[in-house]
Amino acid sequence: MQLSREALLQAYRRMKIIREFEERLHNEIATGEIAGFTHLYGGQEAVAVGVCEHLDNDDKIVSTHRGHGHCLAKGCEVEGMMKEIWGSSEGLCKGKGGSMHIADVDQGMLGANGIVGAGAPIAVGAALAAKLDGKGKVAITFSGDGACNQGTTFEAMNLAVVTKAPCIFLFENNHYSEHTGFRYAVGTKDDIASRAEAFGMKVWRGDGTDFFDVFDTMREVLDYVRAGNGPAAVEFDTERFFGHFEGDPQRYRGKGELERIRKERDCLTKFRESVTGASLLEASELDAIDQEVLDQIDNSVDAARSAARPTADDVTTDVYVAY
Amino acid sequence: MTKMMYRDAIRSTIFEAMEQDDSVVVLGEDVVGGMGTDGGPEAIGGIWSTSTGFYDAFGADRVIDTPISESAIVGAAGGLALAGKRPVAELMFADFIGVSLDQIWNQIAKFRYMFGGKSTCPAIIRMAYGAGFNAGAQHSQSVHHILASMPGLKVVMPATPADARGLLREALRGQDPVIFMEHKMLYGMEGEVPDGDYTVPFGHARLARAGDDVTLVATGLMVSRCEQVADKLAEEGIGCDVLDLRTVSPMDEEAILDSVEQTGRLVVVDEAPPRCNLATDVSAIVAQKAFASLKAPIEMVSAPHSPVPFALELEQAYLPSVDRIEQAVRKVTGWQ
Repeated sequence: MQLSREALLQAYRRMKIIREFEERLHNEIATGEIAGFTHLYGGQEAVAVGVCEHLDNDDKIVSTHRGHGHCLAKGCEVEGMMKEIWGSSEGLCKGKGGSMHIADVDQGMLGANGIVGAGAPIAVGAALAAKLDGKGKVAITFSGDGACNQGTTFEAMNLAVVTKAPCIFLFENNHYSEHTGFRYAVGTKDDIASRAEAFGMKVWRGDGTDFFDVFDTMREVLDYVRAGNGPAAVEFDTERFFGHFEGDPQRYRGKGELERIRKERDCLTKFRESVTGASLLEASELDAIDQEVLDQIDNSVDAARSAARPTADDVTTDVYVAY
Repeated sequence: MTKMMYRDAIRSTIFEAMEQDDSVVVLGEDVVGGMGTDGGPEAIGGIWSTSTGFYDAFGADRVIDTPISESAIVGAAGGLALAGKRPVAELMFADFIGVSLDQIWNQIAKFRYMFGGKSTCPAIIRMAYGAGFNAGAQHSQSVHHILASMPGLKVVMPATPADARGLLREALRGQDPVIFMEHKMLYGMEGEVPDGDYTVPFGHARLARAGDDVTLVATGLMVSRCEQVADKLAEEGIGCDVLDLRTVSPMDEEAILDSVEQTGRLVVVDEAPPRCNLATDVSAIVAQKAFASLKAPIEMVSAPHSPVPFALELEQAYLPSVDRIEQAVRKVTGWQ
């Protein structure tokens, strides 16, 4: 699938924003300035962007613990997210959500989720709403190889098949659920997608470190689901550059593993090599984006640092619309 | 006024809402019933007969018969609500909240708060609760106290057909997630239901009986038992205020405190087991805020701290009885 120059530049920019957002958080968290748990998405950017470039605000996604990439790819604003992670009342969720619970329903982003496997049933509901509206919209639930073992995922897959909901079960297999390996924790061993096949779904598989493979695969998946064929599943093999949570020393990693995946399986490097090798974009254009993104992330961190803090009065607001 | 049964009040209210508002969607196990069988759709029409005829009227996209998968039902209701629909999900038995608790408690109850108030989740989760059908420990529980402890949920417990209709209409107009708890012993109860566009606001108790000597606070099936006690004791000149809370979150603290300040005595009747239940909650509020009004120690009439038993005799002993409520009232009115 040939993409326009503008589309290529936009895809690269979005992947780069996620990467730098994560790298910057990785550094800032180490200084102790940010409170709470943070789970970084870095390494998996090609999946979030390769998927969300096909979507508009009326298509819904439901995300995971590792939700920053999905949020940014779906159009949540960088500064609002940074402020949210800093716990500011100016954050996207007024500091009530934090890293694990960022949402922007207007953008079709129905929430990162602190509970592994909780997103799939919610996505089925959003898909049923889309089916009712009959406008060819879809809902996508992102799950990792951890969530694929939760019963909620199975319930949701079966319900989606039964109701022919336009729901896509998207598994990002980064080989680790928390600190436990895929080849131990997933009984099917070879893959996750075959589970979805057992529920009667058509299934796709792709390389989650290759933006073009993700993008092209998702076009097929989305065409199939938007055409009213019911749900589908797709599994992307990908890499997690960071630990389960920030501060995780990653003692479970193999010797040289992190260096190897950074060198051989970095979706940004692959994208850059692919587009410059094919003379679709100039390296200098990408370098310019790199600098712009770094500046944008710098600015967002500065804004988050100086943003307003919530007060004790805010604790009990927004529990109900009216009580 | 129209005379109707509790179950029909619920059924007709949802049916009318579906006629009036395309965004209202029903989902749950056997809400259609007969799907995938030789008997065909509508062979059952909901096990509580609260959705009979819906499928034929509104079709499969709005009357979604689900497999047995409570987490998926509640989660899908959440997703439907976030996507602009107004789902009315049926959990069949309240006991099954255990299977779906994450979706109730960590998801639909918390969306609005976690998302900074920028979204609403108007999902209604209906469930039949309560003992009295010899259905045993996993199909008879009263779980309102557990759900009422969760911020973000509203917990509604109609005790009459009129309230079933008025409170459900209110739930269908609100923007918050609502747990709508229907006592299974009340489905066949008949009563007068006001005609027209009738709603009952949440957080306003109903004074089921008026009297000067003691305040009885109850919900659901226990309300009619308190009324029986009040009627009996009225003949002896003992006056009971019977407050039907109607909703336990929000809870009408003001009505409770006003009544206790008048009567000076409190009996709280709760079908749930006694640890951290509604009776302990109401008692604590009164002890804290109306202590000076009390002329006698508060009495709590709850189920024992046991699972709900199966055998007829055991279940009767489990549920707070008219006799036990009467004894409690006599204890507080006779206290020296």
